[in-house]
Amino acid sequence: MEILIPVIIIAVIGLIAGLGLSFASKYMAVPVDETEAQLREALPGANCGACGFSGCDGYAAALAKGEAEPNLCAPGGEATAQKIAEVLKVEVSATPMLALVACNNSCDKTKRAFAYEGLQSCAAAALLQGGPLECKYGCLGLLDCVAACPFNAIIVNNNHPTVCKDLCVGCGKCVNTCPKGVIKLVPKDYKTAVLCNNKEKGAPVVQGCKSSCIACTMCERTCEKGAIKIINNLAQVDYSLCDGCGKCKEVCKRKVII
Amino acid sequence: MNKVTIASILLASILTNNMVLSKFLGICPFLGVSKKTNTAFSMSVAVILVMVLSTAVTHPIYTYILAPKYVYLETIVFILVIAAIVQLLEIVLKKFLPPIYKSLGIYLPLITTNCAVLGITMLNITDGLNFVQSLFNALGAGLGFMLAMLLFSGVRERLETADIPEFMKGLPITLVSAAIVALSFLGFAGIGG
Repeated sequence: MEILIPVIIIAVIGLIAGLGLSFASKYMAVPVDETEAQLREALPGANCGACGFSGCDGYAAALAKGEAEPNLCAPGGEATAQKIAEVLKVEVSATPMLALVACNNSCDKTKRAFAYEGLQSCAAAALLQGGPLECKYGCLGLLDCVAACPFNAIIVNNNHPTVCKDLCVGCGKCVNTCPKGVIKLVPKDYKTAVLCNNKEKGAPVVQGCKSSCIACTMCERTCEKGAIKIINNLAQVDYSLCDGCGKCKEVCKRKVII
Repeated sequence: MNKVTIASILLASILTNNMVLSKFLGICPFLGVSKKTNTAFSMSVAVILVMVLSTAVTHPIYTYILAPKYVYLETIVFILVIAAIVQLLEIVLKKFLPPIYKSLGIYLPLITTNCAVLGITMLNITDGLNFVQSLFNALGAGLGFMLAMLLFSGVRERLETADIPEFMKGLPITLVSAAIVALSFLGFAGIGG
């Protein structure tokens, strides 16, 4: 009989806790949006944050409110975008993205302002007067992006990172890592791209780097579609308008358009 | 007299008997969630909340139901109660304080299995503290946990950019630096009783 009392004690405490919890979950339930639950179901659940929201839950909530585009999930890719589109009943065309290192610097083209011998990391080098290069916008070549890439999609050629098109899934990890903002996300089937990130003008740009955009506006004037424009002293391509005619590449004296 | 006692309890539980660095309880969140200062902070706030709340519930249960005959039920009852409290807290926060619920995120349910919480409730009983003293002891232990987490997350953020030999990268260097941080807390031994 002695054993009964402790058993009853545990059972009663367990019962009180259980009942309390079930009442609490019933009376204090927060109504969950049904679309949101379905959307959450459609997402991969990796919580990688490539969409720009705090994990898959955050993205699903934003989608349900109509505050986000359905094609932002990088790991899920097109399949996930289609599923989301079905739930939301909208048309979607998920453009697969690709990271692009928008700088032509391969050590011989950009002058060094000083010799840097500190920690071999772009983040550290960028803190010292914006890095050892004469051009304060270019790739520092210390390869933080290579370390950040979860897919080993960035290959190194003469200290200059290049993105491998087949391996890159467009998650944007390298974009966030690069202290200079040199890496950009572009559509995977891009026809034209500007390989320069320098937002200054004229003489200092020319002196600093042999291959840089000097905002001469030749490309802008040549393009019949209006797909390339000089914004902030830098040529920028509107990928939805560009048909890849290649005229801008011919007129570019600095050879930064590919 | 009473105030002095409470002050010395706080001092002891924050510094000399620091949960993580002196008693080595709650090591898993200490190593797992200390990578960034803001996540370490969220986790610590959740731990403080749960520690104080569960002490407030377990202490009366022990005093009025378990003592003196059924003290051997301490562990199982405390685990049961803590798990229920964490769940309840999660539901209540979700309903009434969604911003706090969001910022605590995954860390709140993780605390169910945090041995520092079970540790502090049992230590309160072992040390023979009364109800008010227990509450302050739990608060102090929570603050001590927060102190340890914030200190260590600062160290780990520095480690991110440090030039570490290949074989020490990751967990090895984390454990070594945790040991050194713990060693520094030995300096408090003897203060505040």
